[in-house]
Amino acid sequence: MSIILDKVNYVYSTGTAYEIQALKDINLTIEDGQFIGIIGHTGSGKSTLIQHLNGLVKATSGAIYFNGQDIYDEDYNMKELRTKVGLVFQYPEHQLFETTIFDDVCFGPKNQGLNKNEAGLRAFEALKSVGLPEALYYQSPFDLSGGQKRRVAIAGVLAMKPEVLILDEPTAGLDPKGRDEILDLIAKMHKEKNMTIILVSHSMEDVAKYVDRIIVMNDGQVMYDGLPREVFRHYKELEAVGLAAPQVTYLMHELQEKGIPVDMDATTVEEAKNSILKVMQSNS
Amino acid sequence: MLRDITIGQYYPAKSVIHQLDPRVKLMATLIYIISLFSFQGIVGFLLVTAFLILIIRLSKVPFSYMVKGLRAIVILMLITALFNLFLTPGEDVLLQIWKLTITMEGVKNAVFMMVRLVYLIVGTSVMTLTTTPNQLTDGLEKSLMPLRKIHVPVHAIAMMMSIALRFIPILIEETDIIMKAQMARGADFENGNLIKRAKSMVPLLVPLFISAFRRADDLAMAMEARCYVGGEGRTRMKPLSYDKRDYTAYLVLVMFLVLVILARIIL
Amino acid sequence: MGIIKASKLVHEYIRRDEEGNVESIQTAIDHVDIDVKAGDFIAVLGHNGSGKSTLAKHINALLEPSEGTLWVDGKDTKDPKNTYEIRRAAGMVFQNPDNQIIATVVEEDVGFGPENMGVPCEEIWTRVEESLKSVGMLKYRSHSPNKLSGGQKQRVAIAGVMAMEPKCIVLDEPTAMLDPNGRKEVLRAVHELNRKKGVTVILITHYMEEVVDADYVYVMDKGQVVMQGTPRSIFSQVEKLKEHRLDVPQITLLAHELKKSGLAIADGILTREELLEALEKLYHRKG
Repeated sequence: MSIILDKVNYVYSTGTAYEIQALKDINLTIEDGQFIGIIGHTGSGKSTLIQHLNGLVKATSGAIYFNGQDIYDEDYNMKELRTKVGLVFQYPEHQLFETTIFDDVCFGPKNQGLNKNEAGLRAFEALKSVGLPEALYYQSPFDLSGGQKRRVAIAGVLAMKPEVLILDEPTAGLDPKGRDEILDLIAKMHKEKNMTIILVSHSMEDVAKYVDRIIVMNDGQVMYDGLPREVFRHYKELEAVGLAAPQVTYLMHELQEKGIPVDMDATTVEEAKNSILKVMQSNS
Repeated sequence: MLRDITIGQYYPAKSVIHQLDPRVKLMATLIYIISLFSFQGIVGFLLVTAFLILIIRLSKVPFSYMVKGLRAIVILMLITALFNLFLTPGEDVLLQIWKLTITMEGVKNAVFMMVRLVYLIVGTSVMTLTTTPNQLTDGLEKSLMPLRKIHVPVHAIAMMMSIALRFIPILIEETDIIMKAQMARGADFENGNLIKRAKSMVPLLVPLFISAFRRADDLAMAMEARCYVGGEGRTRMKPLSYDKRDYTAYLVLVMFLVLVILARIIL
Repeated sequence: MGIIKASKLVHEYIRRDEEGNVESIQTAIDHVDIDVKAGDFIAVLGHNGSGKSTLAKHINALLEPSEGTLWVDGKDTKDPKNTYEIRRAAGMVFQNPDNQIIATVVEEDVGFGPENMGVPCEEIWTRVEESLKSVGMLKYRSHSPNKLSGGQKQRVAIAGVMAMEPKCIVLDEPTAMLDPNGRKEVLRAVHELNRKKGVTVILITHYMEEVVDADYVYVMDKGQVVMQGTPRSIFSQVEKLKEHRLDVPQITLLAHELKKSGLAIADGILTREELLEALEKLYHRKG
């Protein structure tokens, strides 16, 4: 069970002066149950990449296999792919449209062909899993706070019971508390339901804290792909392309340069703290 | 698909057409449209074609860029052509199937109608591609100034137009995103009968309207914050004033109009 | 009195039903006192819904106080006669870059404010040039805003305000919708305006890193000012900030955690350099 991308290319506005190659020869394997962070600045191709994974955008060349099947086969069920690979867009609260929160979350399951009861059950479950108070279920989604709206929108995708959940900048525009709530929610999904999660972000610090694999996109290509600490070792190269490693990565390298033997692979506050304390204690 | 709409998009370049006063271009468009629907026969057709080609060449906008705008109206063009083809009465019957007859006049009308529509879209898009919406509305506002005497809110209309033009590309992009987002939730915008398809537009239109209203609200506040209180007491960064080339352009226009009229009367 | 002064400022959003009866009252600003010195760089921090954006709108006379008084450049915002003067004195930049750019060409948008103010044509051109230059966007003057990045659009919006030659500029979460590069660009531009042109800046944000270089910080929660002081004094109260739904920059947090674990590090570390220096000293003293 996996998603495999084989030499995927995507070209915009072919044949005009504005032709842009958004993706260049992407080869990736996304295994079941992984928690992946995709990082890249605006225009690096990361949003285009994820829209390929559920077939919303069709590659100009190359192949994509979902669970061993070529999704570009003529008789491939694209609609089913979209329910198996759930995609939460940036600012997903902007697509809410129903009169009640509950009805809005039912939209996905109903499109899957489920009847009213089944869809309702799915919606109920999804809303519960995003932690929205039950008293709000039958209110208008437009009366909620920004963070709550976003959780409803995520529930709208979860209700389709996807195997893979992709989120494009799920924390954009939220305040620190709202951001933590959403990220913790996603981490919980991953842990409890063993869902494959792909988190698109430009915050290195968020990503370092949660994911177990980072894919760095730059100029339509995969620049790095590996464990967070492996990727952040290239902090100088990352900076050169307009991305920054977490602040602690810099600090740890600078400490090392000054002759203090801390662990340069630390990427979170927790890891950095432990490493610094260890060094300080062994020194005294 | 939605990106193909070129009306209302400005193509930056330095050409004579770009530099013309917007009032000249508005007048030219008016004269062009009149001549487009009044010419008859091959000479008139050649005249209008020559005029259009001349303008396009002078504008330095790539031809492919203008043709793109046509895709949006293909269906309209086909319907018009079909109506003309079948519903024009005439003596020279070419083909008769059941109650439908195709006459020589019908073919001629259909062809001319198609040409007119294509020329209309291409010609007017030359104006929008070479004139910034601000210039366009400035031109319109100034040309329509006399109407203020009969209490037409000329400035407000012009401002509304210019804002609409600014937000068209933004809303088109937004439509694209919402559509994709709903498709990711299993929505289907392409299949089903007419009623089903109309119903499937709800998840697209509601968010789009909400977003448009939110933007309008934000924009109104931003304009107010920048001391906007309507047209009174405003100065212009780029005030309109006629140049030598504008008078030349008016002269060319008059000549073109005279030729088209002559072609119609004499031939 | 400073350039902006609020005294017991209150703002209530009143929701009415169809008959006009009051349905609910929400107090967005609750007896706020602030005093901003001309030329300062002020930051207002708070989570979403803390009342900070409402405060921003008051400074531009886009809202009227329910109670209390707000003076901008010595003028009471309650008096409608002052509205125009206040908006000239205090320019405003909003969160969404797309929803505040009016024109389809960069320079025409920057000229919009001066046009409204009735500035003579020639002066508009010099102002537009000057302000585009001050945010580093002069070479994009004839571009369409749609083709610019978020950070560039926001800098155009700032130029549009600068062209009105305000004494003070209020930025309401100008970086919330931008990527890290865009955020850096915008902040650099704002700091430069403050330093070189002496414009008073009021930056409203929830990104803590953006506050580090401010002269003075107000923290808002539930419509009230709950903390105020220099960035260092604010950031030395990590636990209190967390109570107000805010967090601190990674480096400040790390320093705080290390201190809690018994290392002798000062409170309110703001930059990497400071922490590096402190740890170095500690290491070599022990070693």
